[in-house]
Order: sequence, then structure tokens, then C-alpha cells
Amino acid sequence: MTVESAAQAAYLVAALLFILALAGLSKHETAKQGNNYGMAGMAVALVATIALAVDRKVSTLGLILIVVAMVVGATIGLWRARVVEMTGMPELIAMLHSFVGLAAVLVGWNGYLAVEGGADPLEAAALAAQGTLGIHHAEVFIGVFIGAVTFTGSIVAFGKLSGRINSKPLMLPGKNALNIGALVLFVALTVWFCISPQLWLLVVVTIIALLLGWHLVASIGGGDMPVVVSMLNSYSGWAAAASGFLLENDLLIVTGALVGSSGAYLSYIMCRAMNRSFISVIAGGFGIEAGPAGDKDYGEHRETTADEVADLLANASSVIITPGYGMAVAQAQYPVAEMTDKLRKRGIKVRFGIHPVAGRLPGHMNVLLAEAKVPYDIVLEMDEINADFPDTDVVLVIGANDTVNPAANDDPTSPIAGMPVLEVWNAHDVIIFKRSMATGYAGVQNPLFFRENSRMLFGDAKERVDDIVRALG
Amino acid sequence: MRIGIPKESKPGETLVAATPATAAQLIKLGYEVVVESGAGVGADQPDVAYEAQGARMTSADEVWGSDVVAKINAPSDDEIGRLHRGSIVVSMMAPARSPELLEKLQGAGATALALDAVPRISRAQALDVLSSQANVAGYRAVVEAAHAFGRQFTGQVTAAGKVPPARVFVVGAGVAGLAAIGAAGSMGAIVRAFDVRPEVAEQVKSMGAQFVFVDMEQEVSSDGYAKEMTAAQEAATAAMYAEEALAADIVITTALIPGRPAPKLITAETVAAMKPGSVIVDMAAANGGNVEGTVTDQKVSTANGVTIIGYTDLASRLAGQTSQLFGTNVVNLFKLLTPAKDGVVALDMDDVVQRGMTVVKDGETMWPPPAVQVSAAPAVAAPAVVAKVEKPPASPGRRFATVAVGAAVLLLLVAAAPVALRVHLTVFALAIVIGYYVIGNVHHALHTPLMSVTNAISGIIVVGALLQIGHGDTAITVLSFIAVLLASINVFGGFAVTRRMLSMFSRS
Repeated sequence: MTVESAAQAAYLVAALLFILALAGLSKHETAKQGNNYGMAGMAVALVATIALAVDRKVSTLGLILIVVAMVVGATIGLWRARVVEMTGMPELIAMLHSFVGLAAVLVGWNGYLAVEGGADPLEAAALAAQGTLGIHHAEVFIGVFIGAVTFTGSIVAFGKLSGRINSKPLMLPGKNALNIGALVLFVALTVWFCISPQLWLLVVVTIIALLLGWHLVASIGGGDMPVVVSMLNSYSGWAAAASGFLLENDLLIVTGALVGSSGAYLSYIMCRAMNRSFISVIAGGFGIEAGPAGDKDYGEHRETTADEVADLLANASSVIITPGYGMAVAQAQYPVAEMTDKLRKRGIKVRFGIHPVAGRLPGHMNVLLAEAKVPYDIVLEMDEINADFPDTDVVLVIGANDTVNPAANDDPTSPIAGMPVLEVWNAHDVIIFKRSMATGYAGVQNPLFFRENSRMLFGDAKERVDDIVRALG
Repeated sequence: MRIGIPKESKPGETLVAATPATAAQLIKLGYEVVVESGAGVGADQPDVAYEAQGARMTSADEVWGSDVVAKINAPSDDEIGRLHRGSIVVSMMAPARSPELLEKLQGAGATALALDAVPRISRAQALDVLSSQANVAGYRAVVEAAHAFGRQFTGQVTAAGKVPPARVFVVGAGVAGLAAIGAAGSMGAIVRAFDVRPEVAEQVKSMGAQFVFVDMEQEVSSDGYAKEMTAAQEAATAAMYAEEALAADIVITTALIPGRPAPKLITAETVAAMKPGSVIVDMAAANGGNVEGTVTDQKVSTANGVTIIGYTDLASRLAGQTSQLFGTNVVNLFKLLTPAKDGVVALDMDDVVQRGMTVVKDGETMWPPPAVQVSAAPAVAAPAVVAKVEKPPASPGRRFATVAVGAAVLLLLVAAAPVALRVHLTVFALAIVIGYYVIGNVHHALHTPLMSVTNAISGIIVVGALLQIGHGDTAITVLSFIAVLLASINVFGGFAVTRRMLSMFSRS
């Protein structure tokens, strides 16, 4: 047994531990165990790799640099993880994606410098003997491309999520042609690079990929962020997998594939929840060409007051709360949790209905509610709760709009027609917390507001829920 | 301004236009409230209760001398005489059926708001006394019927034999009809209901009753009220009424047409053929009745032992409840009339609700108001014929072809690849499949922790950078140093934040 073979064995163990980690996340009960498996897998992989590096005669300076880099990285990472607000999770995740992307670019460049650049002639000779030198060229190129797209895409997503960049979609003329043109150029350059691996080609493809990643995400609107973030999650996985091919490291390949398919699956769920194809999300422009039918008369909406809502809730036997991103914006999850607690103490059945695209991240609402100490077993997803609305006395719609729009079911001409929605209007009373009568992200008017059993509670969601909590006493 | 609440002069009237609770709300709107002594006695509201809420108990003269008088029934001639010019009177008035009342109010130079002329639009429901009274009356109709009926409503199996449930047939599924359906259903009866407006079938079903369909053309209502039927429709429904009435133990009729006598739905022959002991409650008795043989305000028995109840004061028989609801309707009206909450009535003739209710303004007749369309109706006019564009699911043959082409391409690619790459591709393909199935099982609520865990493990790219660092070339060492640092942030940050998130999830 050499260090080399022991390291390979350790990698296999680590890969299996990662699979166990993801499997553990399937249920609340096993989720923490899953995370522990993941950490164990990472520890095994890191120890094995450092042992391997030592075995391959890493310089003392190199070893010191490894320790310094890891300590600094760990400090930053642990610090961010401790202080991040749960409403800021989407930004953190986008930021972490960009790190993977940039690391993949750097690893790819190193691969070029080592083999094609002549820094490691032994490795180059070994590859040439295997007949895989051409493959190596392609791997460098593809790895750098995916990594760079992930990097700038995630940076833009981070900017949009944190409000540093305008979340409106950027509408460059011929934007789809630009995207496709960049891809075609990439394929052409890959072929060229395989024939003649020159440094300037790598520089050009890096720049093209950086621009493509920026443009791709910049032209997608803020409301599509759940799809974008999970798409970038997927890309970061493929970037890691591409590095694995480049370095002939199966652990990287396996992990990259796991992460890549995870992100792809999440994107698929998000797209299905919006009844849109992945292509149409990437192509962007949703709700812009399909303008709202503004002149239609929906009738009158009715207002209510926090005191009346408190009365209604106190006399209800079953209540469902359907939160949307507006709840997170108003930071209303804490008073909502307090209200839930008060109602449950009175023996009222309170549950939450979460639409898959509520929030800016898949499962974001669940985390926000969990942070506010709402028990997870009363937080249900759309498919679990939709059939229960007819037996519900009161529904509170807090900061949600398009995800509770009956037009998605009733109006085939609506831009959101066919999107699965929470059928809140079947409940006896519906209270909608809203700042004003403005339309939602999709720019579609919501006939729910004008239904006979709907009432509007205008104002800041947090203040209004606070009022209700006070009125409940 | 001062609001006066008089004692009702109609004999036997138990209701009052304001309870202590609603009087307090009127005071909150800035009004001074005076109540005639003893006005609330019939509704179990003693004078002291009003005084406790800040209202003043006083004589009839002072009440009628108020700027605004709010009451239940239309003012009598005597009462109109006591109004001073420019005062506002609020009550039920049945303006369509009482032109002489409107004339007298004009003569008195008053402003009259008819609480029973509220347009039937969503916003105005809060002040629609007909709805709130009909709701109580529908409930009381069932109670009266149960009282007169010689058996239980609910079915039972006992040691002394089986008791079948009562069968209740409700005609008209308006507010009163739906309330009757709900009350009868919760007492255990089997309830069937009919309405000429087919669109209410869903509401009937939601109250737990069966909707009786008649094979005929039914019109969708555009103003929220049922229309009188055409002769052809009437012929088609007559047979149904007879059939349903004969099968029922209890019949409750609520069919009204605004401004017209109530339609005769149950004929004398049908009544004569009904089972002895059956009970009919005719809630349309005030407007002539839906049943032949109804005597207004009386309970009568026919020769074959059928009881017909024609009470018109069903709501007043639950005086406390009805007064509270009526009083709340009045408060909601004053909320609308007093946007500034300064105790001054500001009548806005551009508002359809206020315009619709105002039958006389400063001695000028305002009746009838311009027609108001119910907001729900126009939507029905737009035919929903736009076919849903649905992608046909791919046929099995086509799907097979797609898979076959994909497999062939993959096969060629892998076959052409060098050995070393082929091994990696195998690992890669299998890992994707495993990833897909593992992720597919992840609970939706855990998708955010899933993303942060995948963030952490994609930091595994650190492995690549670790092996590149420190082998002589400065450029490579610098680049991989940065890569190690970035990936370490991912690894440690990702796992730590996942841990933090997961520890927040708790069961109840």
C-alpha cells in the first residue's frame, strides 16, 4: 500500500460519505446526521490530499501556504456562516457559488501552465505517452469556460439579490443571439485550442465566458432568482467535475456530478412550479412582452383592519398562512411566529402553505420560518395543503401575490396561466397583507383581491402582524 | 351631529337600530348618540347598558329632533311629522313598494337613506341589512319548523327501532335559503335545495345540501337577485316543486323578486297531497307568499294536517342577535358617511352605494337610482372558449427513439475516447444518476440546506488546488494559493451555515 493508493481509497470513502450526506437531507430527522457525514467526508478527503501532497514532495513554502490559505479561508467561512442573516442566505449561497467558479478557473489555468505551459514536463510527457494530451487541452478549456461563467454569473446574482445591482432584467438587443454566439465561438475556439494550445486563446475564452456569465444572469429578473441560484449551483458542480477530468481525480468528478445534478433537479422543480421551461427562464423577458390586461374591470376590493382580523382569527378553528417574499422583505417572520404561537395556544389549528417558488431560494421560506421558531411539521408544501383550503376558516396571505393568483387556473389568456398556485380562495375568508394594490413580479393583476371572501389589510406586513398580535392579547 | 335611536312604533317589534356595543362605535365616529328610554328592552338591552357606553337616554321628542334618526322600520306618518327639515332618517323603507312614503318624506323636507336599497356589490355587503336579517331569519325558520314538526331532524338507530332523518327542501338559495340549509343540515336533516340561478349550485353544495337540477334553460343573474321566471320555465319547474314537496317533511320557501309580489311556487293541490305532519315555512309571506294557503303572520293547519307558517318577523324573534347585526350595518353606513370621523355626515352622490340608498335628498326624490351592475357579472359574459394549449405528451415510440439516439451518440463518444478518459466518464455518468435519485428524495423544506451542503462539498475543488501548490512554478503556486483560500471558505462556511440552519428546524 502506497500513499498514492491509500489516497485513492480515501477518495472513494469520501465520495460515498458525500452521497450519504445528500441522502440524509431527505428528511428532517436525518438532516443533521447527513451534514455530519458530509463533514466527515471532507475531512477524509483533505487529510488524504495533504498526505498525498507531502508524498509528492511539496515544498516547505507550499505546505506553509496551504496551511495559511486554509486557516484564512476557514476563518472567513466560519465568520460569514455565523453572522449571516437568514434573509441573506440567497446572497451567501450565490457568493459561495462564485468562489467555486473562480477556483475552477484558477485550477484550469494552473493545468495549462503545468502541462501546455511547460512548467511540469514530466506530466506532459506522461499524458503524451497515454495519447491524452489533446483531451487535456479540451479539459482545460472546458473547465475554465464553465468556471468563468459560474463566477461572473454568481457575482451578478449576488449583486441582484443584495440590491447592489438593479434587479430588472437587462434587455440588450439580440440578447439570445449574443448568448448563442458566445457558445458557438467557444466551440470553435475549443477546436482551435486542441490543435494549437496557445495562451492567447485561453485568455480570449476566459474573457468570453466571463462576459457570457454576466450577461446570462443580468438579463434575468429578480423574481426568477430561485431558478438562477439553483442553475448556478448546478454550474458550480459541473465546474468541479470538469476540474476532476482535468486532474484525473474521481473524487472531484463524483462530487461535481452530485452537485451538478442536484442544482439541475432544483432548477427543474422551480421551473415546473412556475409552469415555464428552463429555456424561457434563461431567455428571460417574462411578463414584459405579455403585458397585463390592464383595462379589465375587476370590481372593488375591500379593506379590513388588524382588529377585525384578530377577531376573525380568534373565532376560527383552522387557519393557513401563505407567506411570500414580501414577508422576508418586511422581516415579518418573527411576529408571524408569535401570532402562530398565540393562536395555537388557543387550540386553533394553524398551518403554513409554501409555494415552491416563494422566496429567493428553493426552500427559503422554510428556513426563515424555522429561524423564527415555527415548528417544521406545520409548514407544508403546496401539494400537501391545496386540498385543505375548502375546510379552512381563514387564510392569511402575507407578502405573496402571483403564487396565490386564481387567474393561473381560470384565465387561459393570463401570462401565468397553468402555473400551479395555492388555491387560497377556496377558504372561507382570505386576508391579504399588502403595501398597496400594485401588481406582483409577473405584472399580472390578481383577481383574488376582488373576490367576495377576500379583504385587504394594507400597510407594512410586520407592523400589521404586530397589531394583530397585540389585539390577540 | 346627534344620532337618535327611537323605540320602534310598529306593534310587536322587538328590534332596535343600535345596541350598546354599536352605539359606542357611533360615538367613536364623533357623533352624539341619544336613545329613547326603553328602546332596547325587546332586544334585551336595558337603558343602563347604553348609558355605560356613553349614550344618553332621553324622551321620544328629543330623539326625533336629532339631526339623524336611525331606526328599523320605515317611519310612520306620525313620526315623519316629528322630523325637522333637513334631518336625515335611516331605516328600511322598501322604496319600490312605497311611493306614498317617499312623497311624505319629500313633504317633510328630509333626507332618507333606505337600508334595504343597498346595491348588491361586494363593498356594500357590510351595510346590507337584508342580508344580515335574512341570515338570522333563515336560521329561525328552521327552528320554527322543528318546533312544529312532530319528529326529530336527525336519523338514529336505537334499541327501540330506527328513526329516519327528516327531509328538508329549501326553495331559493339566497342568504336566507343558505342559512336555512346550514341550520337544517347541522340538525341532522337531509337537505335538498333549488334555485332558479344555476350558478348558486356550488354554494348549496358547500353548505352540505344537494342541489336539485331542472332540465330547462336557466339564466345567469346579472344583478345578484333572482328574476321571475318565464311561463315556459314555470311549467317545467312546477312538476319539480310538487315532486320535491311531496317527498319532503319540511319545505322552506324563500323566493322573492325585488319590487314584485312573491311567485306562487307550491300549489294548494301539492299542499293537500303532502304527508300529514309536514311543515311549510313560507319566508316570502310578507310579499304574498310562495305557498297557496299561507296566512301572513299566522301558523295555520290544513285539513290534511300540514302546518303552514307565515311569520314575517322571523328575524325579530331573535331580537338580540338581529339588533346587533342591524346595528353593525348602521355603524358601517356611518363609517362610509363619515370619512373624516368628525361626527358630520358627508353624503357623496358620486359613490354608487350612497347614491343607491338615498331615496330622498333634502325633499327631492332620488328614486330610482341608476342601475348598478354587480362586479362579478361582466366576467361571465366573456366566453371562456380559449382552448388551453397543452403540449401533448411524447408518444412512447418517440421517447424510445430519443433514448436510442442519445445512447448511440454516447456509445460512439465513449468508444472513441482513450482508456483513461473512459474510466472517468463511467464514474461521471453513474454519479449523475445517483445524484438525481438522491436529490429527488430531498424534502422541499430542506432545499436551502441542500444548496448550502452542495456548496460546501463543491469546495472539494480544493483537492485539485492542494496538489498544484508548491511545485516550483511561482505563477501556479500563487493561483493555487488563491484557489485553496476560496475553496476553504466554501468548505468551512458551507458546512457551518448548514449546521446552523438545521439546528433551527424544530418540531412542535
